[in-house]
Amino acid sequence: MRLLLSLLAGTVLLNNPVLAAGEPATTLIIDHQKFTPTQLNIPVASRTKIIIRNQDAVPIEFESYDLSREIVVPGHGEASIYIGPLEPGSYQFFNDFDHDMQGTVIVKPTKGN
Amino acid sequence: MLATAVIMFREVLEASLIIAIVLSASRGIENRGRWVASGAALGLLGAAIVAMLANVASSEFSGNGQALLNAAILLGAVIMLTWHNVWMSAHGKQLSTEVKAVGADVESGQRPMAALLIITLVAVMREGSEAVLFLWAIATGGEQGSRMLMGGAGGVVAGILVGMLLYLGLLRIPTRHFFSVTSWLILFLAAGLAAQAAGFLNQVGLLPALGNGIWNTSGILSQNSLLGQFLHILIGYIARPSGIQILFYVGTLMSIFLLMRTYGSNRRDTRR
Repeated sequence: MRLLLSLLAGTVLLNNPVLAAGEPATTLIIDHQKFTPTQLNIPVASRTKIIIRNQDAVPIEFESYDLSREIVVPGHGEASIYIGPLEPGSYQFFNDFDHDMQGTVIVKPTKGN
Repeated sequence: MLATAVIMFREVLEASLIIAIVLSASRGIENRGRWVASGAALGLLGAAIVAMLANVASSEFSGNGQALLNAAILLGAVIMLTWHNVWMSAHGKQLSTEVKAVGADVESGQRPMAALLIITLVAVMREGSEAVLFLWAIATGGEQGSRMLMGGAGGVVAGILVGMLLYLGLLRIPTRHFFSVTSWLILFLAAGLAAQAAGFLNQVGLLPALGNGIWNTSGILSQNSLLGQFLHILIGYIARPSGIQILFYVGTLMSIFLLMRTYGSNRRDTRR
């Protein structure tokens, strides 16, 4: 546990999001109980910030088993998460409060790979 | 209505299984029921507060605060489970003799009562806050609100029943093996919670992923399936784990195991 804590402290310093400027960011909107866009294209080999903006009155829980992410976004609220860097492929996400609401993160291989 | 029941079932299941495990693992400890019940009550109160905070759009909490709280809660539970397991490995032998001879007094000492309370509190609070938000979302959804709430109630009952079945099943394990089985269960449970905490810390950008999707077993066992869900709760199964999650999982597993070996009395007892 002590090892984990010191490891944690070390990576916090090395990986401070405030220091890491200029990362790609993209916005995912929830409107009328749908994700827009339903397909998010993310560049390969970089960490990407996803801003999730909920325009509905009802809270949602953005969740993805493929990405190990879960976050509640309140009605008329906003939240942001980091994903990646990811291998090329597709990663499902959904609203844990309404499983009919689904979307995919697509990571395309860059040219020359 | 069925969809609502399924979602509520899954929210309740994690808390229910964790409580079943600690309740059986603490078998023989006096007053454990009272501590676990207090933990559950405080957990419900905490869940309502967290749900309210998470639903205030303007609050800091709606962003990274939520993930940080989740990570802190999970790591707190890991520490408490560790304490519980180390204590049990030192006193388990004595407790299992006591379980056989009903009415005997356990030697008093620093018993992990606070650990029982906190583990229950945390388990109820974490999933409970999501359940509260979900119910609020469907209740304000308008149409079929009451039918969906009924479905939700059904899901809660089903989730609690499964926990009770696990508890009763664990109690059937012969006393000789009982405490080693529950210790192993808690060991893997704690490792799984630590891996989840790592996921949250990576989500807010505080920890590097150290590689996403180190392997992908979702084709063999989807995390969305019922079995995948069970294994996710009980042993921390993740179909597409990141490097940092694997590191936290293995690190926690080994740390607790070594602590149990160092402070436990099991080895000396078997040689006697």
